[in-house]
Amino acid sequence: MRLTLRVWRQPDADAPGAMVTYGIDGISEDMSFLEMLDTLNEELILKGDEPVAFDHDCREGICGACGVVINGDAHGPERTTTCQLHMRHFNDGDTIDVEPWRAGAFPVVKDLVVDRSAFDRIIGAGGYITAPTGAAPEAHATPVPKPDADFAFEHAECIGCGACVAACPNGSAMLFTSAKINHLNVLPQGAPERETRVLDMVATMDEEGFGGCTLAGECATACPKGIPLPSIAAMNKEWLRATRKVSRS
Amino acid sequence: MTRTLWGSTIGKKTIMAVSGLIMLGYLVVHMLGNLKIFFGPPEFNGYAHWLRTMGEPFLHYEWALWIVRVVLVVAVVLHAVCAYQLSRRDLAARPSKYVHKRARAGYATRTMRWGGIILALFIVWHVLDLTTGTVHSGGFQAGHPYQNVVDTFSTWYGNVIYLVAMLALGLHVQHGFWSAAQTLGAGNATRERVLKGTANLLALALTAGFIAVPVAVMTGVVS
Ligand code: FES
Repeated sequence: MRLTLRVWRQPDADAPGAMVTYGIDGISEDMSFLEMLDTLNEELILKGDEPVAFDHDCREGICGACGVVINGDAHGPERTTTCQLHMRHFNDGDTIDVEPWRAGAFPVVKDLVVDRSAFDRIIGAGGYITAPTGAAPEAHATPVPKPDADFAFEHAECIGCGACVAACPNGSAMLFTSAKINHLNVLPQGAPERETRVLDMVATMDEEGFGGCTLAGECATACPKGIPLPSIAAMNKEWLRATRKVSRS
Repeated sequence: MTRTLWGSTIGKKTIMAVSGLIMLGYLVVHMLGNLKIFFGPPEFNGYAHWLRTMGEPFLHYEWALWIVRVVLVVAVVLHAVCAYQLSRRDLAARPSKYVHKRARAGYATRTMRWGGIILALFIVWHVLDLTTGTVHSGGFQAGHPYQNVVDTFSTWYGNVIYLVAMLALGLHVQHGFWSAAQTLGAGNATRERVLKGTANLLALALTAGFIAVPVAVMTGVVS
């Protein structure tokens, strides 16, 4: 395959960036999108140019490190991560636009790399459980009803890649935050911090400068793990419940 | 609790959802009341008069009407202030645009902000036209709403303003009702279709019901 790439190049956080056009040849349709970028970078290095910086780690769709906006879609045209997107979804001769996640809370570090530590701070505000340390407890000591386990697992699939924020016209982190809250709040292990978790994580989400939710639905469409839009409604419900409870006590 | 509500994006959305639902409830009643115009001047004018004597003798003349007006003004102001603050926040949260453009979200969703502004301007005109009569075309007669309505819809601009506003209303309600349900936590996978269906039905009924009046005047059914 022969492709024309238009890639966002930005030397550092403070420098202005721009789209730069590269022609690239000999791309196999079995390559992943990241392997295609690797090929581009090899050529750039051979020519003595600066390679395109992009985030990646596992390359098997489970870590959430990768992620770029391809032709206006977070992670590109398929519902998967950029590392699991294959070049067979493009045609010979295509022009492909590659841009970093865009959000005020995700500043560009370099080229296609953005700083997503705002997500870490949301997790730090309550995305965990307090469990006694020591030997692992017996697995069946705390029964969990099947629907609750399914609900928790559906949300535990979130890999924190940030595609929801990148896709949202408001740069909102509601889908990410709802996945984390719903995952823990439905389980008995998460019950002790049920109220503080949702209140603190939502407050941190707001402090980090993410936008509000206007139910555009772009986040759920972009999510490689299929976290559904009603997850946000479930978080809103938790938040309202916690607000009522905390104000009463 | 008020602090948490006002200080959080979800709290502000909750305020918007509740105030929006209050306005929506009012609009359904308002639209149904408007349809009385098809039963002739005595019945329509009589209905308008009853709105003033509603609640008597427990309430004084026009008190019920004023209570409704105060509630509506509070709802409109809260809705608009929250919308303004949230919109500013949303725009700031996405400071740089994508170079590769594509339409994001549906038409009703994308027009919420402009639609809201159109509706706010419409309400001002509507009150000045048919409540106070300040900008009314022809002699405004208090107590004769039937004639006033016919006067308004006998002007081309009265019809244009009204039709545009009612289309904006339909779009606003379609996305707004469903959004309010999500914000209040009523949405889940199984209820999705019912909520979307209700939103569509409300939007359609309100737009069609309100538009029926100017269309009737234009076609001479009401004169
Ligand atoms: S590199 Fe780990 S999910 Fe793509």
